[in-house]
Amino acid sequence: MDDNEDASVITPDGLQCLLDVLTARGYEVIGPRLRDQAIVYDALSGIEELPVGWTDEQDGGHYRLKRRSDEALFGYAVGPHSWKRFLHPPRIPLWQAVRDDGQMRFVPVRDEPPRYAFLGVRACELAAMDIQDRVLLQGHYADPHYQSRRKRAFLVALNCSEAGGTCFCDSMNTGPDVREGYDLVLTELLDGEDHAFLVCSGSEEGEAVLAELPQEPATEAHLVAARAVVERTRSNMGRSMPQTAIPALLMDNLEHPRWAEVADRCLSCANCTMVCPTCFCTTMEDTSDLEGATAERSQRWDSCFTSDFSYIHGGSVRTSTRSRYRQWMTHKLATWVDQFGTSGCVGCGRCVTWCPVGIDITEEVRAIHDDVSSGGRE
Amino acid sequence: MARSDPKPRLGVWKFASCDGCQLSLLDCEDELLRVAGAVDIAYFPEATRSEVRGTYDLALVEGSITTPHDAERIRDVRRRSRTLVTIGACATAGGIQALRNFADIDDFMAAVYAHPEYIETLSTSTPIADHVTVDFELRGCPISKQQLLEVVSAYLCGRQPVTPAHSVCLDCKLRGNVCVMVAHGTPCLGPMTHSGCNALCPSYNRGCYGCYGPKENPNALALSERLDQLGMGRAERLRFYRTFNAWAEPFREESERHES
Repeated sequence: MDDNEDASVITPDGLQCLLDVLTARGYEVIGPRLRDQAIVYDALSGIEELPVGWTDEQDGGHYRLKRRSDEALFGYAVGPHSWKRFLHPPRIPLWQAVRDDGQMRFVPVRDEPPRYAFLGVRACELAAMDIQDRVLLQGHYADPHYQSRRKRAFLVALNCSEAGGTCFCDSMNTGPDVREGYDLVLTELLDGEDHAFLVCSGSEEGEAVLAELPQEPATEAHLVAARAVVERTRSNMGRSMPQTAIPALLMDNLEHPRWAEVADRCLSCANCTMVCPTCFCTTMEDTSDLEGATAERSQRWDSCFTSDFSYIHGGSVRTSTRSRYRQWMTHKLATWVDQFGTSGCVGCGRCVTWCPVGIDITEEVRAIHDDVSSGGRE
Repeated sequence: MARSDPKPRLGVWKFASCDGCQLSLLDCEDELLRVAGAVDIAYFPEATRSEVRGTYDLALVEGSITTPHDAERIRDVRRRSRTLVTIGACATAGGIQALRNFADIDDFMAAVYAHPEYIETLSTSTPIADHVTVDFELRGCPISKQQLLEVVSAYLCGRQPVTPAHSVCLDCKLRGNVCVMVAHGTPCLGPMTHSGCNALCPSYNRGCYGCYGPKENPNALALSERLDQLGMGRAERLRFYRTFNAWAEPFREESERHES
């Protein structure tokens, strides 16, 4: 978080104005909402739809909503959804083939996604978007579906005021303070009856949107309070990733007994990869109709925890859960660095919380690290 | 290339079952006439009175094998069928009636029938694949009509049907469901259950009952441990695993482990 000279302060009513301004500019505003006893990302029209006065309790395989003692609008950590759901949707139809007079005609499916404005994007989530940008936009084959959604999105970021029980962004150096890649960044300031948001812009459009909001210039006291919010969050991380050279640690220990131990607990259900904001893998599904007149190809999220994922001529390459878990974790934390120049993990903790049996990626790294550091097992 | 006549002949066969899976074909409603246009429905006692003998290009087989007569009959169906597809939990896993496999059939007969001596039945209910070669198994209790249409459409153009073997969890996440086990503490078989229902029960905040049987590579032991932590007792867990797919191996093994 920069100590931006141009920082402003808006009230909760000002936040409603922000939603209105974004809507008026043609954005579909998506933000946190309560649904099915969790905080998910969905369309928002008013700030009263935000999870006012709620927080969450998170641990391995455990998530529960709790009431807060205040009326904070953003007093919780990340939930089961990530922005990936909107930028890299679970299913996208790609094309149809139609049979016309004995000729095959290929018809691209027109992809006209809405212009999204995301409200409350955490630092770890911005880091995840940066990683998906590297994966899906760089090189010769940029993903046009991701590109059209990503490039037109307006990001209202949020300095985290609450760390979850499975958060470890601090040890991944991705948060809890927002650094770059946003249009606007908010810090929620709540002191008794005083409820305000420090706002800074990070882009031209952000600046223009901010100019339309009722605001006051931030005082030094606001800036100090905002720094305190982030520092308190930083000191409340529920988890931490061991500070070591993780790629080498994992790649040097591909036969470590810990892989078999985690496989005994792992359900290979794919939940970790689905909730991960950086996991990007997809498969193609081809279907045809009863008459054989039309065929369709669509893309859907896939996971390295399935057998089909590594199916090649002759069978699946990774039939055991051990090989699948190891593939996922070594890719996420080690070979991802070789491939994309960054770790694939941002420390959001979703894979820990939403694993039905609570497998903890930080604990798995620590187990191998501690064992190797102590000379290894017999 | 237009499909050449004659249309493939379809037979639908019933063994020990509730008819629910066959009804999925009739439930197709909007698509039913298109099915009838694409195949010659040559044998389907549930829907037609006409019966055509001879051979079938595609046989859909519902139900499990529970009698010596049916054990013979399925061999006849196999001989008459070019491609044999089993549909539903009875045909693919033995069905709910496979609960008999865990008990003494004579006790059941004595309890149910006034004159059990007239009953000729096997001591087990077993899937079709235990008796004859099966070309494709479509899971579910009941099967999904969309998947049935997918299997028939795939058969007609000679491609693989899109019926992935991943967990119900993956479908929950595609739909954006909140995990009922993690967020509500509701016991759920989704992590070891085969995709196909589009995560129907969790979408209504219920745990998965395992209607589509085991997914590939399930880990029942780890799931049981978690269910135990969620407060589901041993006897309750045994019943959880022992329903429509009780005789499917991973479910059977895990329920038997709960007996000892």
